[in-house]
Amino acid sequence: MLSNLGELYRYRGLIQTLVARELKARYRGSVLGFFWSFVNPLLLLLVYSFVFTVVLPRGELVSLEPYAVFLFCGLLPWTWFSSSLSDGANVLIINGNLIKKVMFPAEILPIVAVLSNMVHFLFGLPILIIFLLYYAVPLRLTELAWFPFVVAVQFTLTLGLVMVLSALTVHFRDIKDLLANILTLWFFATPIIYPMSFLSDRGKAIMDLNPFAHLAISYQEILFYDGPFGHWKWLLALAVAGLVLFLFGYALFDRLRDSFAEEV
Amino acid sequence: MTPAIDLDHVTKIYRRHGHSRRFVTLKSALLTGSLVAQLRPDESFRALSDVSVQVPRGVSYGVIGRNGSGKSTLLKLVAGITKPTHGSVRVNGRVSALIELGAGFHPEISGRENVFINGIMLGLSRRDIEQRFDEIVEFAEMEEFIDAPVKTYSSGMYMRLGFAVAVHVDPDILLVDEVLAVGDEGFSLKCLDKFAEFKRRGKTILLVSHGLSMVERFCDEALWLEAGDRRATGDPKRVVQMYLADVEQLEDELLAAADAKAQASAQADGSGQVGESPNDPKGPEPAAEQAVVSPASEPDNPLDETASALEPAEQAPPPPEGEHAEVDEETGLVNMFTANEGRWGSGAVRIEEVTLEGDQGAGHVFHTGDRMTIRMKVRAAQPVEDFAFGISIFSTDGVCCFGTNTNIEEMESASLSGAGEVEFAIEQLDLVEGTYKLDVAAHKRDGFSYDYHRLLYTFRVKSRTKDVGIYRPRHVWRFTDNLRFKPVSAAADDSSSD
Repeated sequence: MLSNLGELYRYRGLIQTLVARELKARYRGSVLGFFWSFVNPLLLLLVYSFVFTVVLPRGELVSLEPYAVFLFCGLLPWTWFSSSLSDGANVLIINGNLIKKVMFPAEILPIVAVLSNMVHFLFGLPILIIFLLYYAVPLRLTELAWFPFVVAVQFTLTLGLVMVLSALTVHFRDIKDLLANILTLWFFATPIIYPMSFLSDRGKAIMDLNPFAHLAISYQEILFYDGPFGHWKWLLALAVAGLVLFLFGYALFDRLRDSFAEEV
Repeated sequence: MTPAIDLDHVTKIYRRHGHSRRFVTLKSALLTGSLVAQLRPDESFRALSDVSVQVPRGVSYGVIGRNGSGKSTLLKLVAGITKPTHGSVRVNGRVSALIELGAGFHPEISGRENVFINGIMLGLSRRDIEQRFDEIVEFAEMEEFIDAPVKTYSSGMYMRLGFAVAVHVDPDILLVDEVLAVGDEGFSLKCLDKFAEFKRRGKTILLVSHGLSMVERFCDEALWLEAGDRRATGDPKRVVQMYLADVEQLEDELLAAADAKAQASAQADGSGQVGESPNDPKGPEPAAEQAVVSPASEPDNPLDETASALEPAEQAPPPPEGEHAEVDEETGLVNMFTANEGRWGSGAVRIEEVTLEGDQGAGHVFHTGDRMTIRMKVRAAQPVEDFAFGISIFSTDGVCCFGTNTNIEEMESASLSGAGEVEFAIEQLDLVEGTYKLDVAAHKRDGFSYDYHRLLYTFRVKSRTKDVGIYRPRHVWRFTDNLRFKPVSAAADDSSSD
């Protein structure tokens, strides 16, 4: 399995090409083209800001000034996470032709799914920065240093999940439909549109089981909240868990690999 | 020297994660805790059993066999797309598989970008592709369209570009799966030239094909797979011959079965006409239906009754269908473009059995130029003096290729009583390849039918020459000395290969 993992490095050129293909193909034929990468998160932000400040204004959210920035800190990584999962679950089936007809390293496909969504995430960052600067949110360098690590943890965790999902979806097509609903639930069960402080103690204890909650809190602490990054212990634990999940996901994927060409 | 491809006792079992389980969902799998069990196969299909093949370096190796015989599985195993269930597959050298052309082309982006992506997927580096790019585009004849999105390509263009990339990977081993019908005539010639070039350069080629002449001419060795088993290997000519003989045998069985069915239903039709005037213009449909629901048709009586309903002056056989089939006065034949299988007549003389015989005995498959004998067993219920026997051969589209009877050939009948045998021997069956139908009849000299079998017998003529038409006269080409033809080469002769 380790040698297999080493192979991944050999395929970096192919991965790069495929990610570029995904990005190019995604906006081909639209007027705004590439700009959708920026416009999409902005529009999403607008929708949620509208809902939670105009339609359902909650007094408590006033403490989160500026709410748009708070929201953006969680929303941007969430979009990366959720679209990676929903793309990744389908990726083997959509590219069935490659798996069935060409000698093609299948594990590249989930990686490409996560990476191309990560590129969208990275394109969204400048907009987040503009927001931060515009609202003059205080940032500390010591905190910002954690940022790449949070991204890395999210990447590992997401990839591990996508490996498991993509391999299982080949056998159980139900996962596709199930996943869409689970993701909606997951979104509302994560402190993205509301802060952790809204929750009761029991609620917080349950929230500790939600891996993405720790990521969202980390992003929020680093970028939005003033004060030192206090969530790092959880983040380290999550990093370990993410790595274990990735190895498990890869092992499962490897185990089911031979069935892909026949089942897709 | 190590062989380029070495399959050692390879068995491939496809696990059908059965369709029966389509309704077992993830939910129930999770609920019953049988997730792992669900991933286990419940049905299996043996695509290859214990096949050992060694393809030496530089050899062109052909694989033939019927659909589903395991040819494509073999190719996929060599390409590394699937793994053998038992045994081992060793491949020495870079493989390029022409299995699915343009797999991985993304419809939204341009041909140019797709060439790069496809090339990288096939194991080239970006620089390799840059070097070969112009050559690829030129080979694919795509100069004008290379910057258009692939979704705007015709399927021919798509295949051509895919083919061009695959052959420019410069593989040591080329796997080809029936992709020779790529593009138009000109392009398939080019593909064949490319294969010939590979062969000249000492590359190994594994070719899976239905184009037998291609295998025969192009390959150095051949393998015949049948239901996953190795039936024969060795000299392509010999293997192809064995395969063809086997195919003919099966064809023969199929034709025999089809004829038996037609004859059975004709018997039923005959009884359907009982009690009705066969010339009744609105008769046919109900008659046919009635025939189906009355299986207890005693062949003798109906025929006799029909006879009594007929006027002796009746010239032509009554058309079994309602359409007014035209009748040729001279031969008494109906327009066969509208005719259907059938059997009718008074039954005074019955044709009880018809067999076709070739050099190898009774059968349904013949070769152009073979001897063919049509043998009829006939029986007269009462001694008769006025009779004639006839045969006609029709092509499947209804053209009468030949028709004659003893009366036309000025034989005057004298007497027939009891059982007898009529033999119609064709010295040389000079028909082009195709399927033919046969009418046989016993009738009075004026045409009144005793027993008319329309289109109830089928035979197939096979030929290695793909000439057209119906009749293949024996012929020879002659040329003066200043007119020369090249000797038949491996590739050039096979542009029409499928």
